[in-house]
Amino acid sequence: MLRLTIDNITVEVEEGTTILNAARKIGGKIVPPAMCYYSKLKGSGGKCRTCLVKIANTSEMDPRPIPKLVPSCSTLVQNGMVVENTISEQVLKERKAITEFLLINHPLDCPVCDQAGECDLQNLSYEHGLEETRYEEERREFAPIDIGEKIKLHMNRCILCYRCVYTAEQIINERVHGVLYRGDKAEISTFVENFVENDFSGNIIDVCPVGALTDRTFRFKSRVWFTNPMDAHRNCEKCSGKVALWMFGDDVYRVTGRKDKYNEVEEFICNECRFEKKKTSDWIIEGPRKINRTSVISQNHYEKLTKQSIINPTEGKTEQQE
Amino acid sequence: MGGKILLEKINIPGIETFDIYRKSGGYSAVEKALKTMTPAEVVEEVRKSGLRGRGGAGFPTGMKWGFIDRKSEKPHYLICNADESEPGTFKDRYLMEHLPHLLIEGMICSAFALEAKTAYIYIRGEFKYLIGILNKALSEAYANGFLGKNILGTSYCLDIYVHPGAGAYICGEETALIESLEGKRGNPRLKPPFPAFFGLYSCPTVVNNVETLAAVTSILNMGGDFYSKLGNGKSTGTKLISACGNINKPGVYEIEMGITVEDFIYSEKYCGGIKGGKNLKAVVPGGSSVPVLPAQLILKTASGQPRLMTYESLAEGGFETGTMLGSGGFIVYDEDQCMVRNTMSFARFYHHESCGQCSPCREGTGWQERLLYRIEHGLGRAKDIDLLADISKHIEGNTICPLGDAAAWPVSSAIRHFRNEFEFHIEHPEIVKNISHGNIDKYRK
Ligand SMILES: Cc1cc2nc3c(=O)[nH]c(=O)nc-3n(C[C@H](O)[C@H](O)[C@H](O)COP(=O)(O)O)c2cc1C
Ligand code: SF4
Ligand code: SF4
Ligand code: FES
Repeated sequence: MLRLTIDNITVEVEEGTTILNAARKIGGKIVPPAMCYYSKLKGSGGKCRTCLVKIANTSEMDPRPIPKLVPSCSTLVQNGMVVENTISEQVLKERKAITEFLLINHPLDCPVCDQAGECDLQNLSYEHGLEETRYEEERREFAPIDIGEKIKLHMNRCILCYRCVYTAEQIINERVHGVLYRGDKAEISTFVENFVENDFSGNIIDVCPVGALTDRTFRFKSRVWFTNPMDAHRNCEKCSGKVALWMFGDDVYRVTGRKDKYNEVEEFICNECRFEKKKTSDWIIEGPRKINRTSVISQNHYEKLTKQSIINPTEGKTEQQE
Repeated sequence: MGGKILLEKINIPGIETFDIYRKSGGYSAVEKALKTMTPAEVVEEVRKSGLRGRGGAGFPTGMKWGFIDRKSEKPHYLICNADESEPGTFKDRYLMEHLPHLLIEGMICSAFALEAKTAYIYIRGEFKYLIGILNKALSEAYANGFLGKNILGTSYCLDIYVHPGAGAYICGEETALIESLEGKRGNPRLKPPFPAFFGLYSCPTVVNNVETLAAVTSILNMGGDFYSKLGNGKSTGTKLISACGNINKPGVYEIEMGITVEDFIYSEKYCGGIKGGKNLKAVVPGGSSVPVLPAQLILKTASGQPRLMTYESLAEGGFETGTMLGSGGFIVYDEDQCMVRNTMSFARFYHHESCGQCSPCREGTGWQERLLYRIEHGLGRAKDIDLLADISKHIEGNTICPLGDAAAWPVSSAIRHFRNEFEFHIEHPEIVKNISHGNIDKYRK
């Protein structure tokens, strides 16, 4: 076992554990935000840089700090390592800058985005965003497109976390979409109008941290915070059949995987469960889901958010909860 | 000595052919290495020479070779990085065009040292005309028994392949290069793991610059100890410098490290002074990514010592008053050049070349360019200068690969040393909108 200290809390973890997963073992406020890492997807992480932390002490053998911040999602723990996250001014400052970078090209169209309320970028901006944007240049723009019958892509909202690409590579047996072009012109796209149609393709919606990939069968039906999440299951031949139903009254508005407190699905589900089974009678309902602790919905942050006008800092417009 | 080592024979007619190269003493380093030395001895010779990577970072080559995982049962690979795409740097292509066999000879010796049986030359796609030259030289080497099976009757076998890139600067970064060579999108990998353990096809791999590998030939010929006495301190040997900008004699020069910057700019042997007898304003000495220095700081260090053409001397003073030797792309600006315009054009390059994987580089490089475009075109606001400096500060150090730093340094250094020019642009939009405005003092009069 290796011993690691994060923000003065010590934890023991197995060899091969990343700093982020060690922090998750402790839990609570000291866990760095992760916009691109996804524990169920091999190779994910390292890109968004929101999880950067400071290494004050590399290891017992080498008690020196590392001058640059490191991505906690892809840096392995060494014995005796001392990490600073929320107690480091430098980390908080850089995280703020990275949040700003993620937002400069973001359309800030939360009022019309189906992800609002369960969006990792909203959560991140709430914690680390600036009150006002310093970006006054043009934002990049893409037209929304349908990639397959059930999935909508709003490239404007994409933060290029590559999670959907890894999902397609690892969960769906044939990847027909990917990243085209470079830099801030890079875009998620299907190859030659090849639609994403596969029994498990819907999972790319669940892994997307923002509203770039959304469920066309749910579009504009309701704001997520008006729906009631319920744990439910059915006998399914393709997947475990364990899902979350998002109900409005007695109607099933949306089906997703069950997400944990880090917004990761516990298990990937098939498209039949996700898109076809929209009747209450299709499901055995277990009971209400506990809403995850980090979500904006559960913390009742909407009130606060609107006051800080983070939702649309450019115009100072805010979304009102009716 | 002070003479040429790499380019010693460049003026011999026909030196690009195997026969002439061989007649002029070529391939003797291969004979020496394969017939009289062990791989470990070749590594040791290179370590003793003090050779530092010529691709930009200046990492000691012998040490890099020492990291390769010899315990691994997987094959080892050697990759020659011939992606040369940094604005201002054009030395490798000169070497490959005129002395292809010097590179191939160096690669054979290096691959032998690394116990690699396959080596690649990853070449910038735009260098189409060089691909033919290299392939011709390779086939001559095969035909004469210097490549292929049982080279020179020894048990050592080696194949070298030329692989063209598809036009992305980022594929010069060694791990992006490896991805690209594997047929994938050229996104840099996270390090660790380093290529010495986990490189091409997950096998131990060394990536070296063209000039580095060519220098191995000279080192084996003259001996590592002898090579280490050339140059100055830890900057041993000679360095190719591609000089361009407002000078009388742009071109590729081989210098012994340790000559003064002043000598390099003004002597007839090298750049031959500033064109039109104008004054020197600034120099970017190591390719577009290294910090720009104003005339007084490039000629003399902050402590008043003459600045030398060495890794150490150019870096003296840190980024406050120093810069870097980098890849040796030496860009000279005369008094009439506009530093804002120049910075904008560098920023545009890095914005265009970011792979887009990590948020600070993907978003920050575009922001930098857009701000600089506005300032350059008379649409800047007072707060933009500090904002720009702040953006570059937050890109630097926060990215997966050094392209982020390379994008930030030209911007932060230009603001550090030429802030008055940025301010002039903001204060005089009507002037900067329409005309060239490098010499702001002329306009102030
Ligand atoms: C964005 C970027 C571009 C690079 N381009 C080149 C290049 O064109 N040629 C090169 O030799 N090294 C280039 N490098 C450096 C390589 O990553 C690597 O350090 C070098 O090839 C190692 O060779 P050396 O040790 O012989 O210098 C680049 C690095 C970065 C970050
Ligand atoms: S579409 Fe979503 S999951 Fe895919 S890269 Fe963009 S933000 Fe990530
Ligand atoms: S720093 Fe830029 S070029 Fe390098 S990996 Fe990140 S986005 Fe790509
Ligand atoms: S979660 Fe670590 S870099 Fe994105």
